[in-house]
Amino acid sequence: MPDRRKNIVPNIDWFTISLYVFLVFIGWLNIYSAVYNPAHPHIFDTSQRYGKQIIWIFTAFLMAFLIMLTEASFFSVFSYILYGMVLLSLVAVIFIGRNVKGSHSWFHIGSISIQPAELGIFAINLGLAKYLSGDGITIKRAGVFMRALALIFIPMLAIVLQNETGVAVTYTAFVIVLYREGLSGNILLSILFTALLFIMALVVSKIILTGILVGIALIFFFMFTMRKTKDLFRTAAILILSVTILWGAGYGLKKLEPHQRDRIEVFLHPNLNKSKQGYNLNQAKIAIGSGSFWGKGYLEGTQTKFHFVPEQATDFIFCTLCEEWGFAGASVVLFLFVVLLIRLVILAERQRSAFSRIYGYGVASILFIHIAINAGMTLGLMPVIGIPLPFFSYGGSSLWAFTILLFIFLRLDADRLQVLK
Amino acid sequence: MNGAYSERRIIVYVIFIAMGLAYILRLYYMQIIDDSYKLDASNEAFRHITQYPPRGCIFDRNRKLLVTNEAAYDIMVVPSQVTGIDTVSFCKDLNITRDDFIAGIKKAIALNTATHPSVFLKEVTPEIYASFEEKMYKYHGFSAEVRTIRRYPMKIAPHLLGYIGEVSKELCARNPKYKEGDYIGISGMEESYEGELGGTKGEKIMMMDAMNRVVGEYKNGKYSKPPDPGDNLTCTLDARLQAYGEKLMANKAGSIVAIEPSTGEILALVSSPEYDPNLLVGSVRARNYADLAEDSITIPLFNRALMAHYPPGSTFKPIEALIGQQEGTLTPNTTYFCPGAFIMGSNVHIACDSRHGSLQLEDAIAKSCNTYFCNVFVAMMNNRAYASTEEAFDSWRKYVVSFGFGTRLDIDLPSALRGNVPTSEHYDKTFGEGRWKPGTIAWLGIGQGELEVTPLQLANEAAIIANRGYFITPHVVKSIGDNKGPGKKYTIRHYAPVDEKYFGIVVDGMSDAVSGGTAAASQIPGIIMCGKTGTAQNPDGRDNSLFIAFAPKDTPKIAISVVVERGGWGADWAAPIASLMIEKYLTDTVKRTDLEQRMMAGNTIQYLIDEKTKPKVDKKSTSAALKHKKKRTG
Repeated sequence: MPDRRKNIVPNIDWFTISLYVFLVFIGWLNIYSAVYNPAHPHIFDTSQRYGKQIIWIFTAFLMAFLIMLTEASFFSVFSYILYGMVLLSLVAVIFIGRNVKGSHSWFHIGSISIQPAELGIFAINLGLAKYLSGDGITIKRAGVFMRALALIFIPMLAIVLQNETGVAVTYTAFVIVLYREGLSGNILLSILFTALLFIMALVVSKIILTGILVGIALIFFFMFTMRKTKDLFRTAAILILSVTILWGAGYGLKKLEPHQRDRIEVFLHPNLNKSKQGYNLNQAKIAIGSGSFWGKGYLEGTQTKFHFVPEQATDFIFCTLCEEWGFAGASVVLFLFVVLLIRLVILAERQRSAFSRIYGYGVASILFIHIAINAGMTLGLMPVIGIPLPFFSYGGSSLWAFTILLFIFLRLDADRLQVLK
Repeated sequence: MNGAYSERRIIVYVIFIAMGLAYILRLYYMQIIDDSYKLDASNEAFRHITQYPPRGCIFDRNRKLLVTNEAAYDIMVVPSQVTGIDTVSFCKDLNITRDDFIAGIKKAIALNTATHPSVFLKEVTPEIYASFEEKMYKYHGFSAEVRTIRRYPMKIAPHLLGYIGEVSKELCARNPKYKEGDYIGISGMEESYEGELGGTKGEKIMMMDAMNRVVGEYKNGKYSKPPDPGDNLTCTLDARLQAYGEKLMANKAGSIVAIEPSTGEILALVSSPEYDPNLLVGSVRARNYADLAEDSITIPLFNRALMAHYPPGSTFKPIEALIGQQEGTLTPNTTYFCPGAFIMGSNVHIACDSRHGSLQLEDAIAKSCNTYFCNVFVAMMNNRAYASTEEAFDSWRKYVVSFGFGTRLDIDLPSALRGNVPTSEHYDKTFGEGRWKPGTIAWLGIGQGELEVTPLQLANEAAIIANRGYFITPHVVKSIGDNKGPGKKYTIRHYAPVDEKYFGIVVDGMSDAVSGGTAAASQIPGIIMCGKTGTAQNPDGRDNSLFIAFAPKDTPKIAISVVVERGGWGADWAAPIASLMIEKYLTDTVKRTDLEQRMMAGNTIQYLIDEKTKPKVDKKSTSAALKHKKKRTG
């Protein structure tokens, strides 16, 4: 055993680990600033959030260490079991979970709260990787595709039922994994097209949009001579589907929960009613805007400090960063995130095992969607969805979730030379 | 090994990098290009609290306090924080009604929203504030801001000192230095020295939280700016003399302007009727101002010393004597015969007070002979050196203007007027080009007709004669702050284009006027005063009584002009008042107490009131009236 450990240490990707530690540290500094309380300036004061975050960070490091000690094959072998356990808890929490602001997504064990939707995402990733890396599995087959979708959609549905739509949205990140594994690019495009259509439907008149769609269909029909009747039918089918989505969007919006509708309304009309739904977003924008190039300086933020920006230690932590460290600091952090994502893809691509590769893509995709949505919403580019910024946001549950997710992959990567398939 | 779709990683890279780039661009836009968020940030988190500087005080030339500041308190309210207040005791403490309370809160909300502080009650006196302050801790949402209001301990010189008031909306829009609700000098020295007296506002930057509560001073006041107090001013006024002049002018309409000839410093500037400057201060200003403005008969707010226009009458004769000599059309020995009127052809008939017979220049000044000076003026107009009457007149006019007539004199007080010295164009228009003769305008020789002067210009005339040829622009500021003098323009000698040697005879004539001429009743024991009476025609009613003087004759310390509207003869009111002023200034104690009593008790303003309140019969232009009226000058 001793020489085995000796073997893997040089194979660990220390670059990624350094990035991880650095981001966690910067995140913690920001939490300290966001909740900075001159009455409790001591960084280890556990009555304050920055004190608690220290505990989360150390436990996260401990978990990372334990994961590195675990046999790599454990994750492959136990992936379905872990998937099953998480799915079970996702369903169980709907009935057992305490009602927190209308959602039933948290287990409360003593003073610790755990959100399985967040924490368990590594297991969903493992399950999906296991299935897609199976012998003779190719996503081109409709059955495989449907089963893979089911692996994603079932936990998503449970999370929606917990009233955590925001977290459920992050599961759509697996589309990138499916794409890498051979999913038709057309499907990726149609998803983008549908999303675009949905948003357009809320902004532009539906009648005009319908006209435009019919126009495009006609252009296709006449300009590119349709050789087969199949093409004609396909064009007609896409047109009908698009128009249905278009008219369904308005109806769907009406069916949404009021707070979800508000968020979409605010995103589409940023100046609407600044004091109510738009308040959070507007305050966040003010905080960012006031940061200028070099920022106001550490602990010198005014907007984030005096509670203008709500949830500034959790969902809106990016604001604190932008206000105090300015364009310079925020760009560096965004740059480091992109470096991390690309590094993860490089690592994934160097895996000999499909399981490790798919899992790695999952990690990159999940981190990507969190960063894109969280930073995007504070920048006013995305609707407000209450999900954390990886490694930055306050809270043990999310930090643990991302740490476990990441380090399982780093463990798999460290073992890449041992595995042939 | 990596499956068939390895190249798809490129698309994934593109997605990741595109996100990063898009967000960095967005950050660049929000943090560097777009300014609107930065402004919003200062609005939301900071409250800029204006620190008002104390306004500079004004002292007289002997360091007696004329204007000072007194604390007043603006009661501020944040309507959203007003809860659980005992309104009965609150209203009692502030001496307001319940309706006032409700109206005040409503106004504050309308003005500044419920969560921002607004002025609830302005300029509460220290007495009322004292009882309110004790209980302020119980009145949630209320606070007090200290403001200063002006006090005038000596209650003198309201027109000269001026008053302050809230800055107008137009000025706020024009000058970013001012904000609505700020105070600014509106007249007098308060206006002309606003820059020095006003000081510079300071600012405290307080940090607010989202509930609009004060969290503390931003960076412990690192960016706050203390107010810079206004400079104190020492004015040239002699408060004692000013107060004495105001007493003498009681119940009279008119003015006194006294100047130190060697410096141009104004020693007294009385405009009567006057008012207590303390009336235009603090919360009572609006009401009192309206009352004062309502008096359209005696117009107490009107600064007669700088703005009233009078025909100078005989006080103008010394000027004619000086110009005539310089032009060579008059010598001390020039003799004219006075038959009791100046007559030229069939149209020109200007009466004299008596048949003076044959007389020379010195006597003519002392006795104020109209006939003599009409002749002096006509002789100037007929001067062979000029091609035409018009040219001669233009030359005469140039002289007159060089004595300060028809100009603002550039005094450091706002609203001084220029008076009127007619032009040849004016006569061309009135009579037709080339159709006016020296006789037509002969009344200019005795200071009548279109000629109009202000009391300040008359005092300046006296100063020029006292100085034998020059004046320093009259001014009211002696020093600014600790050691800054008045502007350079108040030290320059302006020479009249008349040689010094021609002044002697004029000074002698004026000395004679007091020692044995028209102003003989106004002699000051032990002091040789030179003076010239004036009884100026007034088309609307009784004559105006005028007098200019300086003393002592050889080393003049004071030059003065006095105008008593509707006072009648120059010797009746203006000359005695001027002599008392000079006596007071030079000796400090007035020995002629009977005269003093009589002057103080005298009431001439009644003539003005009667004239304005009784229905008018006829109202003709000055020149037309003069043509038909019997001329009479003192």
